[in-house]
Amino acid sequence: MNLRLHIWRQAGPSVEGSLKAYDVNNVSEHMSFLEMLDVLNEDLIGKGESPVAFDHDCREGICGSCGMVVNGAAHGPERKTTVCQLHMRKFKDGDEIYIEPWRASAFPVIRDLVVDRAAFDRIIQKGGFVSVNTGNAQDGNAIPVAKVDADRAMDAAACIGCGACVAACPNASAMLFVAAKIGHLASLPQGQAERDSRARDMVLQMDTEGFGSCSNHYECEAACPKGISVEFIAQMNRDFVKASLKG
Amino acid sequence: MKLNAHIPDGPIEQKWDKYIADSKLVNPANKRKFSVLVVGTGLAGASAAATLAELGYNVHAYTYHDSARRAHSIAAQGGINAAKNYQNDGDSVWRLFYDTVKGGDFRAREANVYRLAHVSTSIIDQCVAQGVPFAREYGGYLSNRSFGGAQVSRTFYARGQTGQQLLIGAYQALSRQVGLGTVTLHTKKEMMDLVVINGKARGIVTRDMKSGEIESHMADAVILATGGYGNVFYLSTNAKACNVTATYRAYKKGALFGNPCYTQIHPTCIPMSGDYQSKLTLMSESLRNDGRIWVPELKGDTRTPDQIPEGDRDYYLERKYPSYGNLSPRDIASRAAKQVCDEGRGVGPGGLGVYLDFADAIKRLGQPKIEERYGNLFEMYERITGENPYVVPMRIYPAVHYTMGGLWVDYNLMSNLPGLFVLGEANFSDHGANRLGASALMQGLGDGYFVIPYTIGGYFAQGGFEPVSSDSPEAKHAVAEAAERVEKLLGIKGKRTPASFHRELGKIMWELCGMARTEAGLKEALVKIPKLREEFWKDLLVPGSGEELNQTLEHANRVADFMEFAELMVTDALHRNESCGGHFREEYQTEDGEALRNDEDFAYVAAWEFNGVGVAPTLHKEELTFDNVHLATRSYK
Repeated sequence: MNLRLHIWRQAGPSVEGSLKAYDVNNVSEHMSFLEMLDVLNEDLIGKGESPVAFDHDCREGICGSCGMVVNGAAHGPERKTTVCQLHMRKFKDGDEIYIEPWRASAFPVIRDLVVDRAAFDRIIQKGGFVSVNTGNAQDGNAIPVAKVDADRAMDAAACIGCGACVAACPNASAMLFVAAKIGHLASLPQGQAERDSRARDMVLQMDTEGFGSCSNHYECEAACPKGISVEFIAQMNRDFVKASLKG
Repeated sequence: MKLNAHIPDGPIEQKWDKYIADSKLVNPANKRKFSVLVVGTGLAGASAAATLAELGYNVHAYTYHDSARRAHSIAAQGGINAAKNYQNDGDSVWRLFYDTVKGGDFRAREANVYRLAHVSTSIIDQCVAQGVPFAREYGGYLSNRSFGGAQVSRTFYARGQTGQQLLIGAYQALSRQVGLGTVTLHTKKEMMDLVVINGKARGIVTRDMKSGEIESHMADAVILATGGYGNVFYLSTNAKACNVTATYRAYKKGALFGNPCYTQIHPTCIPMSGDYQSKLTLMSESLRNDGRIWVPELKGDTRTPDQIPEGDRDYYLERKYPSYGNLSPRDIASRAAKQVCDEGRGVGPGGLGVYLDFADAIKRLGQPKIEERYGNLFEMYERITGENPYVVPMRIYPAVHYTMGGLWVDYNLMSNLPGLFVLGEANFSDHGANRLGASALMQGLGDGYFVIPYTIGGYFAQGGFEPVSSDSPEAKHAVAEAAERVEKLLGIKGKRTPASFHRELGKIMWELCGMARTEAGLKEALVKIPKLREEFWKDLLVPGSGEELNQTLEHANRVADFMEFAELMVTDALHRNESCGGHFREEYQTEDGEALRNDEDFAYVAAWEFNGVGVAPTLHKEELTFDNVHLATRSYK
C-alpha cells in the first residue's frame, strides 16, 4: 500500500516544531508500524536528510519505550496495543496518517517524537516500592495471598510506563500511571505498611511534576496498551484522602 | 596468563558458606567511602545497584534508556526457576544444580552453578517481599509450572510477564535508593569505554545521548551488567538497542572474553515475514507445555493444517525424544526444527516454520483454561501474524535468543582485570554451552542480589585504592579516543546506513555461524567479516552531528563493535572442534544427528585475549572439572 505520513519534526527541545509530509510506498501489511518508519528513515538517511527520531526498544509491547500519537490516538487505532505491535494491516492504501509525540507539559519534547518521561521515575522514587532490603525477606509462602488479590495486583502491575495515559488525557493527567502502582502494592499484604505514605507522597510528586487532574474522561484506560482499569484511580483517591486525614 | 577461577575448597555444598565465612568485611562506616559504577539497569544491574546501596556503598548506575525500567530483562515471559520444592515433586538445590550442569552440556563451572541453585530460593523470597505478583493458587500459595528441560515444577511466574514483574521489582528497589540519595542514576548515558589504571578497572567513559557530551566517571570498582550480544545476528529476539559495546570495549582493554561462540537459538519464535523485518518475537517456551509441535509427514505438503489428517503429521519431537517430547531442551528442539525444514517439510512462507498446535489441549482443558495460561501470548501472536491461534496452529521457527558466552569471570564474578565485575548475561559463567529455560532471570537476580554484595566486599577489604580522577592520563586518553571515534563515524560520509551494514553482518553470522556450523563456513566468515568491516569504515553514512540526539550515530557506534566482535565469535566457533549445546558443528555429530561432544580435548572455557583488530586473539584455557556431576552424553530420549 502507499501512504502519506504527516510527522511532527522538531530538532530540539527549544526549537519550534511542525508537521512535515512524507510519502511511503509499497508498504507491506505484515510490517509493524515502526518497521514502516524504519523504511522511511533508511530512505531519509540515504537522501542525506535527518531521520525521524522515535523511542523504541523491545518491539514486543513490554518495555514501554515506544509511544506516539497516531491519527489522534495514543499508540494508534488498535486497542490494548503499543505502537510497536501495531501492524500495517490496520491501514489501507491511500491513507493519510498523522504522527505526533506525546503532548504534555510534564513530557517535554527532546526531538521529533521522543519526549522526556523522567517525571514518571521521580514519582516512583517517592514511594512506588516496598521498603525491603535484600536479605530481609521470609519464605515466599509464609504469607498466603488470596488469588483474587494477587490477580488484581498483577492487573495493575502490568503497567509498562509508556505514558500513553498522559498523552490521551485532555488534562495530561498521570493518574492512571500513579494509581496503577499504588493499586498494585495496595492489593498485597506486602504493601500495607507504607500504604498511606506511598499514596500521599506519590500524589504530591505527581502534582509537583505538573500533570493535570482527572476529570473522568477515561481516555487513559481506552489508550492504555495493558488495559489498566480506571477503578484503580478511584482506589488511589480513597487511599490519598484517607492518608491525608490521618496527617 | 594463568587463569585462576578462585573456587573455594571443600565439598560443593559448603563452598559458598565457607566463602562467606572466610571473606573479609568492610566496616559499615567505611562502606560509603567505596564507590561503584554499575553499567546497565536490567535484572542484574538494578538488583546489584540497589543492594550495594542498601549496604552503604556509594553507587552510580548508568543506562542508555530513558528510564531504569526498560532493559530487555523485561521481555522474559516464561518464569524463574528456584529449588523451593513447594510442589513436593522431588526438587532440591542439588537437582537444580544437576539439571543446569547437564543442560549446559557440561561446559559450565560446577561451583558457580551450585551457588546459583543455592541462592535461587532466596530470590523468590526477596521478590515476593517486594510485591512481585507471582501467580498463586486458590489457597494463596505460590504456583509453579514445569519448563523446557525440567522434570519437576520449579518455575515461578507472573502470567506471561515474569521478566517484567521481576525487573519492576528491582527497578522499584533501585528507585527507592535513588530517592534516598544513595544511588545516582544516569539515564541516556551510553558506555563508550573502560578506564584501566595500574591494571585495575577504575572508571568508564560515557556519551550523553541527548547532548553528545563525552566524559569519564571514576570509582573503586566497575560492574558491567550490560546483557548479551545476540544482536550480532541483526535479527534476534533481543531489543533493538542490545549490543556488545560495553563488554567488547572491556575486552579491548584486557578483559578476557569467554566462550563467545555459545549462542542460544530459541525454538519458539514467530517466523520472519519479510526483508524489512527489524526483530524476531519470542513466544514463551511455556507454550510447549500444552502445544504439540508437528510438520507434515510429506515434503512440500501445501494443504492447510486442518486438512492434514493425524496420520500425515509428524510430531517429530515426541517421536524422537519420547520421554521429554515437546519439552526437550532448547538447542535440541531448535535443531530438530531446522532439520525438518531443511528436509522440505517446513510450513508457512518460505517453508521456514513448524506448527505449534493447541487443538488437543483445548479439547482436553477447554479454551478458558488455555486463555488463562497463555492469553496474552495468543493475543500477541494474533497481533503480529493476523492469525488466531485458538483456531489455526501457531507457526514457529528458531531465532537467536541468548548468548551464554561473555566476559570471563572467576568465582567472585570478577574478570581478570581487578575491579571489573561482570554480572548476568554479560558474563560467561553459569549456563555452559546451553541455558535452560527460566534460568536467565534466576542468574541475573542471583548475581545482583546475593553474590556481588559479598564478593565485592572482599575485593574492597583488600585495600590499596589510590585516589583517581578524571584528570588522570588514562581517563583523558579514553575520553579523547571515544570523541575521535564519534568524529570518525560522522566523517566517513559514504553511502550506506548502519542498518544496512548490520543486516549484512547478521546474514553472514546466521548463515555461517548460526544453528549449524562447519569448518568451511566459518573460514568463509573469517574472510567475509573483515571485508565488510573495511567497507563499513569506507562507506558508512551517518547524518547529523555528535552534539545532539542522533540515533543513527548510536547505532553506527554499536555496529562498529559488532563488526570486530563477529570475528572473535567465529574464531571461537572454528577452534572448538566438537558440538556442544548452542554450538553445533556439523562435522561432529552422532549417526542419528545428535551433538557429539569431545570431553577429552574441549572440556575447558575458551577465554580469549585481545591482540589487535584483525589480529588473531590468544586463547587461554580454564580446564573444567566435573567432580559432582559426571560427564555423560546428554540424552532426552
